[in-house]
Amino acid sequence: MTTTTAATSTKKKKTAQADDAAKRTIRVKEHTVEVVSDSGEGAQKCAQTFGRVSAKMGNGVWTVEIIPAEIQPPPRTPTSASGNRVRIGTKPVTNWGDAAHLAVAFNEQVLLHRHRAGALTDDCLILIENMWKTHEDEDIRKEWAAAMEEMSGKRYRFIEVPMEEQCLTLVDNPRKGKNMFVLGMLANVYSRDLEIIRDLIRYEFRKKSQEVIESNLALLDMGYGWAEENLDFKVEIPIEAPTVPMVVMNGNQAIAMGGIASGMELCAMYPITPATSASHHLAEVFENYGGVVHQAEDEIAAVGVAVGASFAGKVAFTITSGPGLALKTEFLGLAVMTETPLVLVDVQRGGPSTGLPTKIEQSDLLAAVFGQTGDAPKVVMAPATMEECFLCMTTARKIAETFRCLVMVLSDANLATGVQPFPRPNVTRDWLAAPLDLSPVPDGQKPYDWDPKTGLSRRVIPGQPNGMFRATGLSHDESSKIGYTPDVHERGCEMRARKMAVFQHTMRPPTVYGAEEGDLLVVGWGSTLGAIEEAVDRARDEGLSVSSLHLRFLSPLEPGLKEIFQRFKKVMTVEVNYSDDPKAPYVTDENRRRGQLSILLRNATLVDVDCWTRVPGEPLRPFQIHEAIRANMPNGAQS
Amino acid sequence: MIQFGCSLLGSSVDEDRSFEMDDYQAATARWCSGCGDHAVLAAVQRLLAEKQLPPEETMIVSGIGCSSRFPHYVNSYGFHGLHGRALPVATGVKLRRPELNVFVVMGDGDCCSIGAGHWIHTIRYNPNMVALMLDNGVYGLTKNQTSPTSPTGLKSNTNPKGALLHAMNPIATTLGVENASFVAQTGDWVPDHIYAVLEAAFEHRGFAFVRILQRCPQYTDQLFLNAMRDPNTIELLVHPDGVDVPSLDGLYKNKIYHDPSDLVGAFRLAQLDDKIRLGVFYRNDDLPVYEEVRAVPAKTADEKIAILNEELDRYAV
Repeated sequence: MTTTTAATSTKKKKTAQADDAAKRTIRVKEHTVEVVSDSGEGAQKCAQTFGRVSAKMGNGVWTVEIIPAEIQPPPRTPTSASGNRVRIGTKPVTNWGDAAHLAVAFNEQVLLHRHRAGALTDDCLILIENMWKTHEDEDIRKEWAAAMEEMSGKRYRFIEVPMEEQCLTLVDNPRKGKNMFVLGMLANVYSRDLEIIRDLIRYEFRKKSQEVIESNLALLDMGYGWAEENLDFKVEIPIEAPTVPMVVMNGNQAIAMGGIASGMELCAMYPITPATSASHHLAEVFENYGGVVHQAEDEIAAVGVAVGASFAGKVAFTITSGPGLALKTEFLGLAVMTETPLVLVDVQRGGPSTGLPTKIEQSDLLAAVFGQTGDAPKVVMAPATMEECFLCMTTARKIAETFRCLVMVLSDANLATGVQPFPRPNVTRDWLAAPLDLSPVPDGQKPYDWDPKTGLSRRVIPGQPNGMFRATGLSHDESSKIGYTPDVHERGCEMRARKMAVFQHTMRPPTVYGAEEGDLLVVGWGSTLGAIEEAVDRARDEGLSVSSLHLRFLSPLEPGLKEIFQRFKKVMTVEVNYSDDPKAPYVTDENRRRGQLSILLRNATLVDVDCWTRVPGEPLRPFQIHEAIRANMPNGAQS
Repeated sequence: MIQFGCSLLGSSVDEDRSFEMDDYQAATARWCSGCGDHAVLAAVQRLLAEKQLPPEETMIVSGIGCSSRFPHYVNSYGFHGLHGRALPVATGVKLRRPELNVFVVMGDGDCCSIGAGHWIHTIRYNPNMVALMLDNGVYGLTKNQTSPTSPTGLKSNTNPKGALLHAMNPIATTLGVENASFVAQTGDWVPDHIYAVLEAAFEHRGFAFVRILQRCPQYTDQLFLNAMRDPNTIELLVHPDGVDVPSLDGLYKNKIYHDPSDLVGAFRLAQLDDKIRLGVFYRNDDLPVYEEVRAVPAKTADEKIAILNEELDRYAV
């Protein structure tokens, strides 16, 4: 461990700029930064702004939130750690990477959290608030010393920063401003454009007074100046400006904006982490588009309102997370049975039960596909990037409408809160839902005039003369007449299921990433796309014969999977859900609990699909997947 | 009446159409003989004809239970959904299609038990619709279980020794919810009164909650037997702003002139258990109506795209 005590004197005023030549410049294609503070000290705002300015300057960016479970956990404890990881690259960045190369910590305890999580590279540069080292409280000094001792096994380079002391020269309450000082330091280290940052700050605090804005801008400048004067390095990540206009947002913002772009006009929801922020973004702007966010009295009512609105008009949507999905189950079955188009977004978190409310998991897949009683055919899809979060909403709306069905969109906490730039969507009229058709229904047209071959039928909505019918969750015939006879029930089940087979025929087989055949095929879904492909790249660079496949549609599954699988010696899913270690006590091939996608794939293809899954409550890191690939090569890891 | 104000359909419908009660008849009702649901169905169909509501602009939403078969017997749009969940569906319909005439039909188990949360909150939202709670004090379709409105001592399959708890008072409960705007009670043995209350509920601007006292000929056939036999057990609430049914004057001598704008008086009357009171307990047409509060101007596709692009500018790199 090396420790640098940077010059702390504020009295020492340099008149000239520090000589750049004296600084070491670290030139890299990518760099990963973590900013962590006690909850409430603003590390998140700082790091998010840092990510945004980097995206605006043309770097590839991926951010991941580091969030405590409570709003105000006890300060100066590892569990209080709150902040972000920001991975920046010359090329587009698709995942949060392995470990941070640079960390900024507001105290040593929150840094310990990251150290213990293995989130820091062995030679991580650490900018740390040093007020605790010499704090008047002896206990705090002891905690500092113990933490430093615990971290001494690594080659971290600690650079002590008098954040509080510096901020106090400008503001009375440094808890409210340190984050801007830190942002200024990062701006200096990474040569970020201060004018863009100032604009972002002005926008962020647009509802606050001018004094607040000015004080934040002054702290930003002070942090920048301090780093310029006192740090002996800079990091340079070359920028390859994107050739197309880009936007930068997180997955929940993308879901909200994508929902608007789809032309849907009602979102009914009940607050639940980590889904709720999507409705915050929506609530701000939806009314401008003639849309409504309805906060219902509970999860059940939320989906009920969406079903009612959809039945009577344009397709509506509801946004939830695991526990809410469980509560909505009965209504989802009703939407299927009445063939009421509906879009449900499930921003997955750790489960079962309340589980890990703020953390990523991909464990609602089977609940989504099979969670309703009876046979409830529906479409289940999963965006893999922020861009897909945006685009999938229009796709979902169109499928729901065309197939008179329920479409479930499985996002997750990694996409929800992560920020990534992507090409600006060019929304045109055909993205939007068509106006309501209230023309009279031709004589003889039944409310479920199922095409016997496809199961498709024309939707009739209230207001259409001559189309009156009574939708029911009871088994019913083409006329929506209740019928309990074998022919009525079997036919209804068949027609609702047939639509999904037809839908599957509209899809193209998925594209394999890497060689079309080989030793190992890794199959993933959802937000793990970037980490899996990065791991596959590394393994291929080592000469391993490995490719990957990423599925966007989980029910019905994309076509051609069996044929693709047969071109590989082994197929293995990588997922963020629980599976038994096959070598664990009592676990046998028969009783092993398997990754959820692998269960679907085994069922659909009869291929012996293996799985490698983890439930760490954080996104998978490429090195973990890389190691899993090496360990699971059918012929061993020797190329 | 807002409901008549803004039909989207004027152009496609023959303006000269007129509707008879038969025009609102769909499948033949299959409730038991002697069930009060028949009387409510007749009153609703009479109202639809009286008000000349186009069937396609009318929607009946129900939950699950005997009474929730209601939509199947009315020639209009209908949605026969989940046990206890009629109100959220109806609220969703009204949010996006405020011009539709929406009626909700629930049973006592539906509304006061499994759907109680929605009942309370829909009163708060105050959407402009008529909610009929067909209350026979028992679960009928599932064959004789205690309901929240079963009188103490009522023997059922779940309480063979008799219901243990005091029955809920749905009128007082509804009155107690902030934003309650129309609360009335009627009984299945007085068809003219059902109709009068239903009409007042329909004319009311906001969420009109109507409790209809019924007996179940199978399981609670004694429930209002005394009320039917002895007119003295009944007291009518009469008022020009509520209902006053002249045809009942000969039968019911107990009348109280109750101004439905008097919430405190309504509470007192709802809490008294000396008599069965029929009429409008409370009515306030000036409370915010949810779909009006949430109404936003519709936007054309081009307008939407323009606004969306402005919004995307905020996220532009």
